[in-house]
Amino acid sequence: MATLKELSKVEERFVGGHRLCAGCGHGITVRMILNAAEGSNVVVGCATGCLEVASTIYPYTAWRCSFIHNAFENAGATISGVEAAYRALKKKGKVKEDFKFIAFGGDGGTYDIGLQSLSGAMERGHNIVYVCLDNEAYMNTGIQRSSATPTGADTTTSPAGKVIPGKQQPRKDLTAIMAAHNIPYVAQTAINNWQDVHKKAKKALEVEGPAFINVLSPCPRGWRYNTPDIVEITKLAVETRFWPLFEVENGKWKLNYKPKKYVPIEEFLKPQGRFRHLFKPGNEHLIKAIQEEIDSRWLALLERCGETPELPPR
Amino acid sequence: MTQYGPLNRNLGSGTRTKAVRSDMKWHELTRAGNIYEPGNANSYETGDWRSIRPVWNKERCINCLFCWRYCPDASVIAKDGKFEAFDYKHCKGCGICAKVCPVNAIDMVSEDEIEKVKEANKDEN
Repeated sequence: MATLKELSKVEERFVGGHRLCAGCGHGITVRMILNAAEGSNVVVGCATGCLEVASTIYPYTAWRCSFIHNAFENAGATISGVEAAYRALKKKGKVKEDFKFIAFGGDGGTYDIGLQSLSGAMERGHNIVYVCLDNEAYMNTGIQRSSATPTGADTTTSPAGKVIPGKQQPRKDLTAIMAAHNIPYVAQTAINNWQDVHKKAKKALEVEGPAFINVLSPCPRGWRYNTPDIVEITKLAVETRFWPLFEVENGKWKLNYKPKKYVPIEEFLKPQGRFRHLFKPGNEHLIKAIQEEIDSRWLALLERCGETPELPPR
Repeated sequence: MTQYGPLNRNLGSGTRTKAVRSDMKWHELTRAGNIYEPGNANSYETGDWRSIRPVWNKERCINCLFCWRYCPDASVIAKDGKFEAFDYKHCKGCGICAKVCPVNAIDMVSEDEIEKVKEANKDEN
């Protein structure tokens, strides 16, 4: 495991001057992932989303590597096409260097709109890495609900009020969907643990064939928490088992982090403005329902990972 | 501003045009909107978004580089594995670096205060 001292000497691929909000989780995640690529040549593709519109405003680009622009729904298709072209050119001897291919997508471009092209790219077995930067709503267009939005979150298309208490449906488990593609590497990680992100990004880049990483990347604007607390909020997501850290290597599930103590989900919900309405009197049953869902998902995950399915001690 | 050296990799043999400027007319634009200068966003300054600024305290710093790791704007410049400086031309003042610092070696200071101090110094001179 490389230390930060060594990693800080690696060339920066995502430079300042991009127009992401102050304290955006995407900037941190992208820098971590590209840092893990170290010296190798990288081609990046980006599904439409906060990251793309903020980092490539013509005539500026924040990427110090090859970057290919594409639409919302086809990041997977574009990057697999680039990879196929590269393989053909390499065979003919027109390209000499080795390249790595990374696609970044937000949760809108991955969970919803880009799911078909991502699924196709994974099924065809291209040697690519797809990184989903999950900020749990369409933040770029003004916080609309997506299938990654957790139950009870207040967004502009699931507004909490007299009629509904925020989003009513449970979130989609995309990492499990990707694992069901039986690809060599699937992982779920969060930026509070940079070693975990680094390790998983490195594994994904080294593996032969498609890899998928789902990263929790908080959005201070959409989640409405205090901007500097990004690491704490992600840590709470992991500790409350809202966002478990696990990986699936060649079909084998492995849990990477097991919280030592039972932390109730309120700890994660409380600092965020999007869940404020859940703490109003009379809404206790909503939090209870969220907690029950998290507990049942945790037990199912433990079972998949071959561990004893039990909740952490209170 | 962070100074980036020339890229040590081949950028392909595509048609190279003169650098893109923000005041270009439509007929001067590059084909397909291609940008031939990697990382040229570095010349776009986002530092004026900031209302609070991180100030480094050398005595307290232990060079753990957590601030470098968690800066979304690549505005913590590390040199030879040590903290070098803040890139105030791009820092947006989010305050994450001060929060992740385990020894509180980064203080967040209001830009207004800094302005006032500057003004006061100007009067003295």
